[in-house]
Amino acid sequence: MSEATTRAPLLAVSDLHVYYGAIHAIKGISLEVYDNEIVTLIGANGAGKSTTLNTIAGLLRPRQGTVTLNGAPIHGLGASRIVGLGLSLCPEGRRIFQQMTVRENLEMGAYSRPAAEIPASIEEMFQRFPRLREREKQIAGTLSGGEQQMLAMARALMSKPRLLMLDEPSMGLAPILVEQIFSIISELHASGVTVLLVEQNAQMALQVADRAYVMETGLITMQGDASDLLHNDAVQKAYLGS
Amino acid sequence: MVAFLRYLINGISLGSVYAIIALGYSMVYGIAKMLNFAHGDIIMIGAYIVYCVMVYLTMPPLIAVLCAVVVCTILGIVIERLAYKPLRQSASLAVLITAIGVSYFLQNAAMLIWGSNPKVFSSVFALGSLRLLNGELVISSETLLTIGANIVIMVALTLFTGKTKMGKAMRAVSEDKGAAELMGINVNRTISMTFAIGSALAAIAGALLCSTTNPNLVPTTGSMPGIKAFTAAVFGGIGSIPGALIGGLLLGVIEILGKAYISTELSDALVFAVLIIVLLFKPAGLLGKPMREKV
Repeated sequence: MSEATTRAPLLAVSDLHVYYGAIHAIKGISLEVYDNEIVTLIGANGAGKSTTLNTIAGLLRPRQGTVTLNGAPIHGLGASRIVGLGLSLCPEGRRIFQQMTVRENLEMGAYSRPAAEIPASIEEMFQRFPRLREREKQIAGTLSGGEQQMLAMARALMSKPRLLMLDEPSMGLAPILVEQIFSIISELHASGVTVLLVEQNAQMALQVADRAYVMETGLITMQGDASDLLHNDAVQKAYLGS
Repeated sequence: MVAFLRYLINGISLGSVYAIIALGYSMVYGIAKMLNFAHGDIIMIGAYIVYCVMVYLTMPPLIAVLCAVVVCTILGIVIERLAYKPLRQSASLAVLITAIGVSYFLQNAAMLIWGSNPKVFSSVFALGSLRLLNGELVISSETLLTIGANIVIMVALTLFTGKTKMGKAMRAVSEDKGAAELMGINVNRTISMTFAIGSALAAIAGALLCSTTNPNLVPTTGSMPGIKAFTAAVFGGIGSIPGALIGGLLLGVIEILGKAYISTELSDALVFAVLIIVLLFKPAGLLGKPMREKV
């Protein structure tokens, strides 16, 4: 971490405020993600984790505060512009295109890239997720939950992001699949992808992450090295159930 | 027997027009999740443009249809931008009422421009006709052209949505706007494009409608075909291209056969009765798929 903090952050969120109508959902949070880190954002249901990711990705507009990617402000841009700048969100609930084939889903993931580069990237995804190759022509809605999550992650990777944001990738999956998803996250990290991970499964998230932020009702209440937080009494009590 | 064949062919021809209109309804519904009740009136505007270009400018029919396509495409984009886009986040009922408002606006605008006296179409495409079975079965060139245009449009749209980047983006937007945006798809532009295609189809349908079935052009000409095509779209499964085709053709055939063998007055009632029966058993339409979520 000491080495990481001396560099400029890849993603910097500063004093971010987000409202849903009159509801003040995010009340001034700041966080950074450095190149080649896995940073996790943990917290209870309704703490504002997904809202934070959706705002960074451009699906929601902040009322106040800034989001910079590689030093350039991105908080005024729409989601469709931001993905082209190297930031990709794999949304909560996967949200794959159920009536399109696996291959078409991957093609959509690379929408902002030149068509000539797409087949090679799809091949890369098939190597990383061999199950998807078997299902290439299948309608995505017919995949199992675990396969759909893999497709969602592969689709998010198709834009060749510098920063991949994952929102609850383990949600609704059997324990064995959760293990698999987290080992994929570690592999991605090893291959140089920077990850911002939102998870309910704090135990797994803290084990795989370098650093972590804890969110409660729209505020960041704790932050630090993931291994420190994993052994922190307050965190254990609130999120790790021990 | 020959009479039945003639009715059947007429039904398929009328159904082809319904199918082309239904496609516009269906595409707009699939992507913008709204019922564009002004769609029928775009047909009417298209028909008036064809009439004006042919009668006042004495241009050939092909040029007239092209002009109508261009005008209606622009009109569709402008209507979406001015009337529907500001309501993108509003309740669907507000959008529905707006669409009805746009429909009345277009009808009254047409009344102001062209008056309420019917314009009489002689024929848009006078080409001669096909005689079969020793001249007993005469198929007009308009009929053949309508069916041909329908086939070309269906094939072209199927290829467009299945193979091209823009077409696939449309399907993605129709499933999940937020996710599509995360892919880098410009949702607003995609919706505009859909309105453009739907309105261009309406212009073609207007020309075909006036050359085959409805020689008297008045500002309300588009309403009934619009409603029937909407019925056809629901019948076949709204949002589906083959659904629009099947729904349109069935509706046209039922209407013409009903007129011929049951009752001229009751044919419209018959059409809607069939719709109600189909929806009772298949609420998503013949080819519509109920959406399921997987956990």
